[in-house]
Amino acid sequence: MKKLSVKSVVAIGIGAALFFVLGKVAIPSPVPNTNISLQYAVQAVFATLFGPIAGIVIGFIGHTLIDATSYGPWWSWIIASAFVGLVIGLVTMKMNVEEGIDSKKLIRFNVAQVIAHILAWGLVAPVLDILIYAEPIEKLFAQGLMAAVANIITTGIVGTLLLLGYAKTVVKKGSLEKED
Amino acid sequence: MAKVAILNYIKRPSPIHELTGTTKLIFFIAWSVASMVTFDTRILICMLLIGAVIFRISQIKIRDISVVLGLAAVFLLLNNLFIYLFTPEYGVELYESRNVLFTIVGRYTVTAQQLFYHLNITLKVICVVPIALLFIACTDPSEFAASLARIGVSYRAGYAVSLALRYIPDVQREYRNISQAQQARGIDLSGKDKLFTRLKNSVAILLPLILSSLNRIETVSNAMELRGFGKEEKRTWYTRRRLERNDWLAIGFAVIILAVDMTVTFWDGSRYYNPFI
Repeated sequence: MKKLSVKSVVAIGIGAALFFVLGKVAIPSPVPNTNISLQYAVQAVFATLFGPIAGIVIGFIGHTLIDATSYGPWWSWIIASAFVGLVIGLVTMKMNVEEGIDSKKLIRFNVAQVIAHILAWGLVAPVLDILIYAEPIEKLFAQGLMAAVANIITTGIVGTLLLLGYAKTVVKKGSLEKED
Repeated sequence: MAKVAILNYIKRPSPIHELTGTTKLIFFIAWSVASMVTFDTRILICMLLIGAVIFRISQIKIRDISVVLGLAAVFLLLNNLFIYLFTPEYGVELYESRNVLFTIVGRYTVTAQQLFYHLNITLKVICVVPIALLFIACTDPSEFAASLARIGVSYRAGYAVSLALRYIPDVQREYRNISQAQQARGIDLSGKDKLFTRLKNSVAILLPLILSSLNRIETVSNAMELRGFGKEEKRTWYTRRRLERNDWLAIGFAVIILAVDMTVTFWDGSRYYNPFI
């Protein structure tokens, strides 16, 4: 494995801390007993900025900490969270958000997050749940679909707005204009 | 915003606390693998009893972790409810026999097999809870990175975990400050607004939080780089301790549990312990 740079190590650590804190803050959603998972929006932004490895490890550490401090780790969903970071990181690689953002990049980010969440909650999590907990397929796919839709909406809206906001704060190359 | 209830390291004198972080990590991993693999009720009940004994030895009191236990109970209840609502006769399929006890309404029958399946899946989760909680409550966070490095995880990844643990309180404080400042300016996150408005409002908190986190990443990584982090292949840990006799005993015990678990579970070629046939 390629050695992680110092900056990635720190980004993973602080990203995982953010993931954990946001996962613990309950923001009520219209469906009872589910919360809006803002952590996935932040994970998506970090995966875009720091790459797939950061995305994986942020998801893995963050989700493990959330689970371990609430009801013991539910490994299948933890792995699915890591998987989300991997896919988003891979699809958005070399997108260079630091050099500004346009609608093409935003579309790529959103395609990445939609694919990531559908695969993670529609495939990875249910299949692992069947292997580990032998839960009924009907329940798992219904649950996975709900999670995927909720996370796609959250990441789509919040993640996109965050990227836009971030891009605005970075001074672009050649952004100085001569005054008349 | 109310303070988020989080389980923390609880320092008490006990044999469990004295074990090295490495031992507890290995024990925890072996234990959760064992509970994930098996569907054998006898094994699960044994694990639950052993877990209860270990919990007593650890000097951690039930009231220290009551919030967490409550969460676990709610989670289990919902999970069981969902399984039953979607597939009321799943146990019948799994255990290949059908003893109907009574019928609630329509297709919602109550069978002994379904109840047995619910018992098993509940036990599988419950028997991990005490060990997972003890792992968090009895392991000094500063020892954790050293333990990860000890079992072969790259020290960079171990350091990332340490950084996460170190910065959780800071991030939390910052989140609270920003959200209070935004609430003072009239941005509401509670359930009163429409979903889209709430999502948009959350950006008003998240964006400053992310920008300040990016600054923090810059500062911390500069500081680490200045101190030569990542220059060598290996590093030493201040908190690393030698494995003592009790550590080896605990690791041996974990290995035995895992071995017995695998043997009993797969002895008859099926993962499920089936008392019905």
